[in-house]
Amino acid sequence: MNRKEYNKITKKILPNKFNLKNLFVAFISGGIVGILGEIILRLYLLIPSISMAEAVNLMMVTIIYLSSLFTALGFFDKLVSKYKAGLIVPITGFSHSTTSSAIEYRKEGLVSGIGSNIFKLSGSVILYGVVSAYTFGIIRYIFFGG
Amino acid sequence: MTINFNNIYIKEKNVVGGPYIIDGPLSKYLDYKFYDFYDGEKTSEDCEIKELRKSISLIKNKYDLVISSDLGNQLMVSNVVNDKINKPYIGIYNACASYTAGLFLAASILQNKNINDILVTTSSHNLTAERQYRNPIEYGAPKKEYQTFTVTSATSTLVSKDKTNIKIECATIGTVVDLGIKDSNDMGSAMAPAAAKTLYDHLIDTKRNINYYDLILTGDLGKYGKEIFKEYMKKEYNINLKKYNDSGVLVYDMKNKDVCAGGSGVSCLPTYFLTLLYSELEKKKKKKILLLATGALLSTTSVNQKKTIPCICHAISVERV
Repeated sequence: MNRKEYNKITKKILPNKFNLKNLFVAFISGGIVGILGEIILRLYLLIPSISMAEAVNLMMVTIIYLSSLFTALGFFDKLVSKYKAGLIVPITGFSHSTTSSAIEYRKEGLVSGIGSNIFKLSGSVILYGVVSAYTFGIIRYIFFGG
Repeated sequence: MTINFNNIYIKEKNVVGGPYIIDGPLSKYLDYKFYDFYDGEKTSEDCEIKELRKSISLIKNKYDLVISSDLGNQLMVSNVVNDKINKPYIGIYNACASYTAGLFLAASILQNKNINDILVTTSSHNLTAERQYRNPIEYGAPKKEYQTFTVTSATSTLVSKDKTNIKIECATIGTVVDLGIKDSNDMGSAMAPAAAKTLYDHLIDTKRNINYYDLILTGDLGKYGKEIFKEYMKKEYNINLKKYNDSGVLVYDMKNKDVCAGGSGVSCLPTYFLTLLYSELEKKKKKKILLLATGALLSTTSVNQKKTIPCICHAISVERV
């Protein structure tokens, strides 16, 4: 039997259905994270000396801190595997992957362990985030004058 | 290649089980139970070392040589454990097919006059494998339905020339088969053709019919791999499998636990074989069985370089005397 014929057999048996339920769960759970962010933002805006831009930054830091804390407390991974993209796509996912790598490599030391492995999963987000920010910044500068 | 043995028996055995196994159908057959993935140790590797040590310490008879296998890089767990045992030692790696490879190797070495008993050990740990082959432990990546869930257990089997009820009758060494599967989560599909090839070779070499065996047990193909294996046997070799099962779907409580497609790992097959199946053999409910441990010979490097997964399967025929 060649590879093509075998591929037909595996395709027939492996589950490969489009899951509408996952889509719905991610929509709701992602929305809840968004609502939570909005509530935190509004709370920060109650402080008179804080501007909108500062409040947005503070809100993001708070969400990052909370998902990192919950990862360390050991129940956030169960939430992520349950609600999937709803928690992976927002900034909670970035924080979760960074913290889980840090916990994992803590036993291998501060420098060679945490230091070199903390961005193992989330490194590409940082790298390509920065690269695309520069690329689109340059395009915007050239064509629209900054 | 099939080799017959006339004087090789299993003298003693034990299984130390961890989480998920102890909640499953094999729970009452275990010799010792671990209730936690760490059991007071700092790392999952330390826990696996502790499990294997416990398993070896439960062996009462003496032995001349130890053959160990696990899934860690460079057989870390087996090497550390054997440091304290002070016996001649061989570490072998054939991925999840290591158990039957170990039994075959032990049986072959026992043909030597001076050696009488050899201990074959296996160990695997869910978190150790998860960390090595997949993502960090605390990372809650969504799992695929056809992914397998590594078994947490350690087993010891004492193979001997002293006559007992359970006889190792013959062994078939498999060839490497690769039908182009690249997805490291889909090891059932990757390994099924290797198991089929070894089973077919075994039947040709021994001139036996498929109904000769009371049970044909594959290692860790999982829920979907099992079906693929049956389908492949029918299409490629025109053999209908009836008395067949896969230990991956038998070791866990599949209904109530979230274990995806079932168990995998080097300890998967021996955990089922040395507990429930062994007691059935002793009660003469089953007499002739064929163990087909399957191994996906991938490494994290080969997966990252997008190479296909070569697979192997070794068969051991066990009989109740």
